[in-house]
Amino acid sequence: MNLPLIVFFFFALLAVAGAVMLILAREPVHSALSLILVMAALATLYLLLGAEFIAAVQMIVYAGAVMVLFVFVIMLLNMGLEERTNFSKFAYLGVVGGFVLLLEIGHWLFHSPAAAAVVNGAEPVKAFSTVELSKLLFRSYLFPFEATSILILIAILGALALARKEE
Amino acid sequence: MEFISQHPVLVVSIVKIAVLLFVVMTALAYLTWLERKVIAHIQARWGPYYVGAHGLLQPLADGLKFLFKEDITPPVSDRLVYTLAPFLALSLALTAIALIPFGPPSVTLLGQPLFVVSNINIGLIFVFAVTSLGVYGVALAGWSSNSKYPLMGGLRSSAQMISYEVSLTISVVGVLLLAGTLDFNSIIEGQSGYYLHFIPRWHIVPQIVGFMCYLTAAIAETNRIPFDLPEAETELVAGFHTEYSSFKFAMFFMAEYANMITVSCLATILFLGGWLSPFPDSWTWQLFIPGAGLLALGIYCAVDTITTMRGIARLQFGVVTMLCLGGAALTLAPAFAALSSSAPAWIATVNTGVQGIFWFTAKITAILFFYIWMRGTLPRFRYDQLMSFGWKLLLPVSLANLVLTSIVVLYLMMKVPG
Repeated sequence: MNLPLIVFFFFALLAVAGAVMLILAREPVHSALSLILVMAALATLYLLLGAEFIAAVQMIVYAGAVMVLFVFVIMLLNMGLEERTNFSKFAYLGVVGGFVLLLEIGHWLFHSPAAAAVVNGAEPVKAFSTVELSKLLFRSYLFPFEATSILILIAILGALALARKEE
Repeated sequence: MEFISQHPVLVVSIVKIAVLLFVVMTALAYLTWLERKVIAHIQARWGPYYVGAHGLLQPLADGLKFLFKEDITPPVSDRLVYTLAPFLALSLALTAIALIPFGPPSVTLLGQPLFVVSNINIGLIFVFAVTSLGVYGVALAGWSSNSKYPLMGGLRSSAQMISYEVSLTISVVGVLLLAGTLDFNSIIEGQSGYYLHFIPRWHIVPQIVGFMCYLTAAIAETNRIPFDLPEAETELVAGFHTEYSSFKFAMFFMAEYANMITVSCLATILFLGGWLSPFPDSWTWQLFIPGAGLLALGIYCAVDTITTMRGIARLQFGVVTMLCLGGAALTLAPAFAALSSSAPAWIATVNTGVQGIFWFTAKITAILFFYIWMRGTLPRFRYDQLMSFGWKLLLPVSLANLVLTSIVVLYLMMKVPG
């Protein structure tokens, strides 16, 4: 066990624990806090991969901006404890689906040459600089990038149109 | 010794963290003293005067008082979140300071830069990532107290911090365009040089609008007057920390002042040239400014000690005088030595470090003084004024500044190819 592996397992377990707590917590604010924990743990995993910029953006956008809005709305509506209802019958389908997905990922982990290379440390993790990232975003993938921003703009306008009071 | 030579990064880092924590905690304590003194003098009062000479031991007395007060947790509060909130606020506020370079990177200890705890090449983004989480401390404190006023304070604070963070970030992008990097050291070094041989090439000159937007948004981000609505006494008792007592309250208090120091450091690095001296290198007399300043302060203190102080206060202020004069001697000696050509190389390094630290501290202190001055001058905004100021004035101005800067930078890039 080398140090990066220990750090990886610590934060991976933290992320999973946060995700479980998110579902189990009855207090909405506790759920939101668990989600922040998941985001922060994921940011640390990005940092392990050498993607400093992505990690920082993950913290700013998800843990910072998005989750602050979640907490804000929960506080504004002053939600009470979540009510427990009986399980939907269809939930068992989800269990089967999740199991199949896990099997698939496991199969990929043990048999794909690319994954084996990563696990054996054949491909050293190299820092992915902000300059390289912006070159990819603003040169190679300029069209998808701009298209996404227009999509987000449409979503904002849609939210505004729905929220506007009738005159 | 063997351990030190084998793990220089670890050992030097631990030493740096310990020293920085001590310095920052002391600075926080004496920032409260400075604030009370300055505001008192603005309002023609004396301020703290009785605990120690000129009230210099007042921060210590306050700290002890916080430690020995009863720590009350309201029985209806959410215990876990209630305890977590102050820790979150203070630890995030202190983490951001670890990335600030207080002096030139050329000064090293065992091959490690001495004046920054952690130097990463996306320093600025990382500081924003950490400070953007700072709102949780306030919001969660307000929610978990399970009480009306704190909840209102927490809500106001979240709304305010989200609104002003947009302007804060955008006002900084102009500087990033000019600097072309996210690394603090490169941003500072890019500001060396002079217009007309004597006006420093700091980013404040082309980015004066950005600087003003940044300062305004920063005051709002740190919940200070005139934007201190989360703790407006007249409406909300004490806002989000109404239910907090004892050391948990002190932690919020310290977090607020730590945030003030962080945003002042950022303003210094981004707009005011960090540790760079405002005078050209050819003006050698500038090397004596730090020493001369301390000497003048020391002489003033000495005169005050002899003429007005009596009893124990005379002893205490005598110690302050000695510290000032000692500091003056310690800063003047390398300055004199560095000027002579036969001086060894390490003296020049010590001199660079002393000068860098002095200018950085001087600039931070100037901004902090401005902060306190604002508090002594302006009344508080009304909530709707706060929101319309943030969204309808500050954001458009910082956006216009960004667009204009981009156009100029693009034009200059096209004029000079490469």
